[in-house]
Amino acid sequence: MNYDSVEILLVEDNINDAELTIRELKKHHMANNLFHVKDGEEALEFIFATGRYANSRNVMSSPKVVLLDIQMPKVNGIEVLEKVKADERTRATPIVILTSSKEDPDIKTCYALGANSYIVKPVNFEGFAESIRNLGFYWLLINQPPK
Amino acid sequence: MLVTCISFFAYEFYVFRKTTTEKLSTIGKIISTNSTAALAFDDSENAKEILAALKAEPHIVAAALYNKDGELFSKYSADRRDTNFFPKKPQQDGYRYIRSHIDGFEPILQDERRLGTLYLRSDLGGMYDRFRVFGVVAILVIFLSFILAYLLSMILQKSISKPILTLSETAKVISNQKDYSVRAVKSGNDEVGGLTNAFNNMLEEIEKQNKTLSEFNKNLEQKVSDRTEQLETVNKELESFSYSISHDLRAPLRGVVGFAAILEEDYGNKLDDEGKRIISVIKNNTLKMGRLIDDLLTFSRMSRQDIMRTNIATNKMVRDVIEDLVPGDKKPAIHWDIQNLPDLKGDINAIRQVWVNLISNAVKYSATKKQPQIEIGSFKSNGQTVLYIKDNGVGFDEKYKNKLFQVFQRLHSEQDFEGTGIGLAIIKKIISKHGGHVWAEGEKDKGACFSFSLSDNENI
Repeated sequence: MNYDSVEILLVEDNINDAELTIRELKKHHMANNLFHVKDGEEALEFIFATGRYANSRNVMSSPKVVLLDIQMPKVNGIEVLEKVKADERTRATPIVILTSSKEDPDIKTCYALGANSYIVKPVNFEGFAESIRNLGFYWLLINQPPK
Repeated sequence: MLVTCISFFAYEFYVFRKTTTEKLSTIGKIISTNSTAALAFDDSENAKEILAALKAEPHIVAAALYNKDGELFSKYSADRRDTNFFPKKPQQDGYRYIRSHIDGFEPILQDERRLGTLYLRSDLGGMYDRFRVFGVVAILVIFLSFILAYLLSMILQKSISKPILTLSETAKVISNQKDYSVRAVKSGNDEVGGLTNAFNNMLEEIEKQNKTLSEFNKNLEQKVSDRTEQLETVNKELESFSYSISHDLRAPLRGVVGFAAILEEDYGNKLDDEGKRIISVIKNNTLKMGRLIDDLLTFSRMSRQDIMRTNIATNKMVRDVIEDLVPGDKKPAIHWDIQNLPDLKGDINAIRQVWVNLISNAVKYSATKKQPQIEIGSFKSNGQTVLYIKDNGVGFDEKYKNKLFQVFQRLHSEQDFEGTGIGLAIIKKIISKHGGHVWAEGEKDKGACFSFSLSDNENI
């Protein structure tokens, strides 16, 4: 896979959630250039082209959107968000927070750190599928990324 | 002292006048006895001699003898220049005070036969002399008394006033500085010394009690801060607990629902009707579990969150809630009667939650009626604004009224009406946090009316 052509970077430790997300996007032909990493550490390596992804991708070729879960082992979503938004090279990358709970006290923190969107994944499948579908349409087709 | 002097003077005046009169009368009697011979023999030389003897009495300023016809026979004057005051005729016998003199007329008798009259005039110089002496003595006494009083007061000041002043000074210092360790200095073993002792004992008692009190306070403060810390820890734990619940419990549920849905979508054609029914049971139960989690979280959030009062435009809030809750196609079926509602002072999110729960309940429980009716209005009762929502739905049995607002208590079966049994408990929690009341009236199959009032006290 050519990492520089990745349009959606899915950062999700829960493989079931990841599968449901990918399935919904696939259904609407939006998962062709999707790449899934399973924790924050790998996400940072991917975005900043370090570690496992050193020399295999260019930092400047930003994905169209990063779907970021908050609760993850090792490096959590908030830390990833903070690092991406703090770096000149990656600041423009749109980040959509995907989390399980509207109780999240992190909503404010995430927006303050520059999250572009904050989406609560509903339990019911129809709602969940709709959210994923909509955000895929929006960030891949409607939104105009910086050139 | 002055009164004593005045009364003494008065007494002295009276006594002196009496003794002067007596003395003059005695002299008069002696002279008159001595002058009988001179009058009887008309011997004026002898009479003059007798009267001249009065020189020995310096206060007798004048004397005269009158014969039996009342004619001036012989006269004597201590001051010879002034002789005009002799009366021409003898007056009535006796002694009289005339201005600054005593005038006396003494009959001259021989064997009951009146030979003439003796006239005596005495000045009051003697009295004045005495009075002068008295005056000087009185002034001296008064002066001495003053000195004595002054000296006495000096001594007394030292022994009485000074310790009392010191005591009051100490009291002032203590009341100003709130320092109860200060002690008054004892000056002696008299009554004031006793007072100082009592004062010091009192201070000691106060100091002791203060110490106990401040120790008690310190303990209390320590206890309060300990408890607060514990509570904060518990609260934090609770918060992270609800966070975990909402996050970690919902994720697997989403998996269950999601994969059941996939099963249905991808393998539906390979399943018979029973298989499809089972999938829908799985989905429904999972969704219910999700709602339960959401409601419980709302309930616990409402318990923890502080109320932030702002002005709430109730009319708009109610309309917005109805708009959100009731889909457009269902709306015409319900007959809405929404009166003009007063603004409220309350926590905008919490009160919105109250309306959401009340209105969704009314819609849910009147949905089985042919013509569902929902009325929302307000009235004043005991000076408090009461808001109510009334429906013509299935109502409830008044017998179980007290269970209505308890968590997980439901008066209808899950088959008839969906619900988690937390909605009314959330309402009660919110309303009591606002210092208000919520109550319900209802009858089976005749509808229900839920009312609430908020306390007007904004500090709650």
